[in-house]
Amino acid sequence: MNYSSYIALIPLLPLAGFVLLGLFGRKYFKSAAGIIGTLLLLGSALLSLYTAYQYFLVNGKTGDTYQTITAFKYTWLSFSDKVSIDMGVLLDPISVMMLVVVTFVSLMVHIFSLGYMKGEERFATYYAFLGLFTFSMLGLVLSSNLFQIYMFWELVGVSSFLLIGYYFDRPSAVAASKKAFIVTRFADLGFLIGILVLAFYGETLDFQTLLHTLTTQQSAQHVAVVTASFAGVTALTWGVTLLFMGGAGKSAMFPLHIWLPDAMEGPTPVSALIHAATMVVAGVYLVARMFPLFAMSQSALDVVTVVGASSAVIAAIIACTQTDIKRVLAYSTMSQIGFMMFSLGLIKAHGTYSVGYTASMFHLFTHAFFKSLLFLGAGSVIHMVHSNEMKDMGGLRKYMPITHITFLIACLAIAGIWPFAGFFSKEEILLTAYQSNKIVYGIALLTSGLTAFYMFRLYFSIFWNKEAHLHGDSHGEGTWSMKLPLLILAVCSIAAGLIPFGSYVSINGKELESHMDLSFSIAPLAMGIGGILLAMWMYRKENNKPQQVATTLNGFYKAAYGKFYIDDLYLFVTKKVVFNLIGRPAAWVDRNIVDGLMNGIANATATVSNWIKGVQSGKVQNYTLYFFGGVVALAVVFIYLWK
Amino acid sequence: MNLLILLIAPLVTALAILPVKGLKQVRAIALAGSLLQLGLTFATLMSFLSERSSGKTNEFLLEQNFAWYRDLNINFHLGVDGISIAMMLLTAFVVVAGVLVSWKMEKMSKEFFFLLIFLSMGAYGFFMALDLFTLFFFLEVAVIPKFLLIGIWGSGKKEYSAMKLALMLMAGSALVLVGLTGLYFYSDFHGTRTFDIVEISSRNIPLGVQQILFPFTFIGFGIFTALFPFHTWVPDGHSSAPTAASMFLAGISMKLGGYGCLRVATWLMPQAAQEYSTIIIVLASIGILYGAFATMMQTDLKYINAYSSVSHTSFVILGIAMLTKTAINGAVLQMISHGLMTALFFAVIGMIYERTHTREVAKLGGLLKVMPFISTVFVIAGLCSLGLPGFSGFVAEMTVFMGSWERIGLLYRIATIAGAASIVVTAVYILRATGKSIMGPVANQEFNGFSDAAWNEKLAAIVLVAGILIMGLAPFLLKDLINPGTEEIMQKIVSSIK
Repeated sequence: MNYSSYIALIPLLPLAGFVLLGLFGRKYFKSAAGIIGTLLLLGSALLSLYTAYQYFLVNGKTGDTYQTITAFKYTWLSFSDKVSIDMGVLLDPISVMMLVVVTFVSLMVHIFSLGYMKGEERFATYYAFLGLFTFSMLGLVLSSNLFQIYMFWELVGVSSFLLIGYYFDRPSAVAASKKAFIVTRFADLGFLIGILVLAFYGETLDFQTLLHTLTTQQSAQHVAVVTASFAGVTALTWGVTLLFMGGAGKSAMFPLHIWLPDAMEGPTPVSALIHAATMVVAGVYLVARMFPLFAMSQSALDVVTVVGASSAVIAAIIACTQTDIKRVLAYSTMSQIGFMMFSLGLIKAHGTYSVGYTASMFHLFTHAFFKSLLFLGAGSVIHMVHSNEMKDMGGLRKYMPITHITFLIACLAIAGIWPFAGFFSKEEILLTAYQSNKIVYGIALLTSGLTAFYMFRLYFSIFWNKEAHLHGDSHGEGTWSMKLPLLILAVCSIAAGLIPFGSYVSINGKELESHMDLSFSIAPLAMGIGGILLAMWMYRKENNKPQQVATTLNGFYKAAYGKFYIDDLYLFVTKKVVFNLIGRPAAWVDRNIVDGLMNGIANATATVSNWIKGVQSGKVQNYTLYFFGGVVALAVVFIYLWK
Repeated sequence: MNLLILLIAPLVTALAILPVKGLKQVRAIALAGSLLQLGLTFATLMSFLSERSSGKTNEFLLEQNFAWYRDLNINFHLGVDGISIAMMLLTAFVVVAGVLVSWKMEKMSKEFFFLLIFLSMGAYGFFMALDLFTLFFFLEVAVIPKFLLIGIWGSGKKEYSAMKLALMLMAGSALVLVGLTGLYFYSDFHGTRTFDIVEISSRNIPLGVQQILFPFTFIGFGIFTALFPFHTWVPDGHSSAPTAASMFLAGISMKLGGYGCLRVATWLMPQAAQEYSTIIIVLASIGILYGAFATMMQTDLKYINAYSSVSHTSFVILGIAMLTKTAINGAVLQMISHGLMTALFFAVIGMIYERTHTREVAKLGGLLKVMPFISTVFVIAGLCSLGLPGFSGFVAEMTVFMGSWERIGLLYRIATIAGAASIVVTAVYILRATGKSIMGPVANQEFNGFSDAAWNEKLAAIVLVAGILIMGLAPFLLKDLINPGTEEIMQKIVSSIK
């Protein structure tokens, strides 16, 4: 089967939805918009599943290795003979895996939104933006060219901006959308410069050619990129680290994570899609895509590890203190992505490939299901109680049984309890950490415990704790369109872990033997169960234990609650430094110094002409006087000076 | 196709406006005339392409040459290559949109539309001119009406702005004139002096002469295109001008300068361009960043767009001065992109101002709720300005960056990074302006009664958005058009280095 015959349809169907609903939705498809968008996405999802089936099970392999296939390629903008931006589709295990994740989660979100967003005034616009996002994200994962991925990278950024700012009349939503865009834009500056560096040395933008030439030891490009250096760091390390900066921004890694919690201002299904399952893992995907280059630079890998591990633990600590359920989930996302990142970073440079690559991708895969389930569940809860705050919730298990059970499944999955999906993927990550770096292993183990704790703090606070006090106008658990995605995703959150992931996705395309060691699982499981029990003890019934703990840990608790003041630091830098020390002076200098100079020249000219205009008085007597004066002067000159 | 038609058509339109009475007839003629221009420019493109494909390899095609003043060897010499056709297309798009947004220009409508159309003739003549004298003639045609447009139909401190603009552009013209006259006098190799651009390009002007004349020419044209620190006419001029004049000023007039810097200064004096490139690059990168930071502090929508134009047009200068093929391609693309984008921005700001009677960001808010079409166009213009893929700005800026990185040397790398850094600042000011004026709660209850765009305003926006999208989605069309022209210029630069 030839992929090129239909593969372009996968991203183009959602794009068609965007164009159709964006242009005509508000007028003609006010209520049908949801169905149109969902059907188009269904087509896209089915094609993706078919592609995955074809690739993984039928004809993706040559011998024992999965091949990288360029399904099509079109030169979009050429800079020189070799360097050009091509629009292409690249199929390899990770892109096909992402194809399934993106279309599947997007489909669930489309269905869920049918109920959740019903009656919204800009319903069609909402589905148009969802289509735009899905298109961009699919373009991103299928990219065959470094610049192509950057373009779609920017497009997912803007879709995220549009969707966060969907409730545009709320100042907080506007601020959040701005923040998300600007912070990731700043990170993308690194991405862009990284592209410039790598393209300069690699003399191409095409992924396969780039990775091949730069990793071939004998090639002139390889020699150039590892010998050229700036400030004592090789061009290669600069290039990939700058790329990683873009990835860290998009994936909300410390210290570029500040936009993610605020991004929760968007509609909750959007958070499930963009800020949990797909866009935020783009950074991990980028590192995985460019991994052969990362693997040549131990310092770049170390950066990835440090950033990933610190994000994992910092976010987990903050998550324990937040009271807005979506923010808890946002920090949890950041923490889990940290796991995926350091799992990649821990693979040793120039060494044999460890299990880390597969583990990272596996966790990305399972996380997409249980985290989108958590967000959709949270959406269902918010739909019921009309609040994001934990204090407004409690005792909801009786009122929303399906949400309750599915949420519990997702919590068990993220806490890494056997046999839920998160157990298997996290286990592999911990194994990677154990084998390569004991400090990271310690951090990861601690974070696992924290994860279980804050997730079950959330679970007990929503569904147990105090008795429910619902308002009279509450409308039950929501429509079937909201319940169905929850059920499907819950099944996935259990089943996804059972997939022998290593036989499909590995760094070299060959099957990876997974060694699941039972004795190794004891520590993580103990941490997970410990966390759950602690949360149960503190939050199952309404009591003052949480208060006491907070008081005991006074300073630390406040710091964590205040998100370790990282936001405030940013605010200081932007408001005080960028605006007051750069922007304001620039504007002032322009008006007063530079323009003052121009006006000064004009004024000087005017003044001089004022002085000399008296000469042309129009009086004949004066002219006669000047004339004779001139004649006398010339006479003097001729007589005395000529000789 | 005879290129003279492109001069005659606007002239006839302008003259036809004079005898008729009433706004309705005047604007109908102006619209018909501007659509005719658009059709004619496309016809020129088509006949250019067909001549090219039939195997003609001359740099300039469709030439027309008449003796104008034989004693000084001045000829009325016209001809086009891909770059000039691209610039003419830009002109045609902006003129159509400009006429459409001025649909309700009650005040002295006849004179207004006359000047507008007359200006377009100047622009076409300038882009087609292959004779330095002809080029200068049309440059002046395109300057003087602007003084009147701002002085009469402007707003705010319009007399000051009109005077400032005219004086600074005249100073620029004077510098250009020195440069052009100098070129004429030193074009003398075989006993004949010439103003002919193609002719001069094939002769080598001595290096010493180039070193003297290049700064005059480049700075002269640079003033038009807001070369730092000669950009200060831009904010005042743009913000006082009536909408259509702002569109014209930023969309086309600033591009006259960029085109002149490339076609005259760089092409005819490649060695001096090489020698002075470092200092120009420094000025351009200052212009980019400093313009962007200054924009961040503006509170008036027109000032925001005017200052951002300083930042964006500095990319043109940066691209030209980098002297690599890709960078020069990027500079040309940026001229087109910025022309369309800034015209769209001014058009939409004009629409907002007509309704709300304010351009202060702080007084606006929630417009998306009240006028969704206008607001959406504003957001599109903003996204194009901040270089979002799919729109023209991305293509142009990325080409400049890729091209700039080809030039080896730490200073050039820093300049490129400074340019790239500006896209972050751009995002800041665009999103601030959008967040405050378009999004957010409706700031003023009076806004609720305002109507959305009328048909003429919609059409104007659609024309410009179409241009932006075509360029942004299929950049290869435009790039393939301009590339041979750039290669010709590059060849001259490369051969001059040896």
